[in-house]
Amino acid sequence: MGITFEMIDDILIAVLSGELDHHSSLEIREEIDHTFDAFQANNLILSFEKVTFMDSAGVGVIMGRYNKVRSKNGKLVLSGCSEYIDRILDMAGIYTIAKGYPSTKEAIKALRREKGE
Amino acid sequence: MEYINQIKLEMRSKSENEAFARSVAAAFTSQFDPTVEELTDIKTAISEAISNAIIHGYQDKVDGIIKMEIAATASGRIVIIVEDKGVGIEDIDKAREPLFTTGNSEERSGMGFTVMESFMDKVIVESTPGEGTRVTLIKVLDQTNGF
Repeated sequence: MGITFEMIDDILIAVLSGELDHHSSLEIREEIDHTFDAFQANNLILSFEKVTFMDSAGVGVIMGRYNKVRSKNGKLVLSGCSEYIDRILDMAGIYTIAKGYPSTKEAIKALRREKGE
Repeated sequence: MEYINQIKLEMRSKSENEAFARSVAAAFTSQFDPTVEELTDIKTAISEAISNAIIHGYQDKVDGIIKMEIAATASGRIVIIVEDKGVGIEDIDKAREPLFTTGNSEERSGMGFTVMESFMDKVIVESTPGEGTRVTLIKVLDQTNGF
């Protein structure tokens, strides 16, 4: 599993790629938390566009990051979830704690809109 | 149930083997002309079963042995058995409840069995505390498009 980061204003965008399972989730969560703190971000976008496989470990990663972001009074949003990932997230009720958008662009827009209000 | 093909393998309880187990299951199932969705369903369910054996059965100890068996029937039924000799499950009904977890609840979804049940046609869990757990996953491939 790979991860790249981008920072826009106070939004950290974590672009995940490859297979997200229990094994890869251990490294990925550390890396996201470390980067989130290092860049003093408030909001987080997790991009799933390039994720080719995900099981319930991905749900755990989202739940953990939600708590992290909430401690900074920020928002967590998800982008680019395939129909298959969507099914797992829906099953776990993830959309009650983090909204999903088709693309990262739309996720950024939504976060900015909320900040403006 | 008579099998037309079958494989058995043993692996250490290392999390690297989760991806390996998924690949093996996908390669075996591919012989029977599954749809992309069916293949993904099987890979996901296996991933959950192997992760459970590592995290809960062997409590993250890497020297446990996990046995995996995959078989197919002529009618397109894929039968997968994942077995560990770990700590076992005290209350199977509770373990199968959505959101139940004994692990670090901030990072664990408690959705493992729920995902397996939703992606497979049948999930059988047998466990004896102190002796281990055996999970049987059954998927019936829709063969109307195949052969």
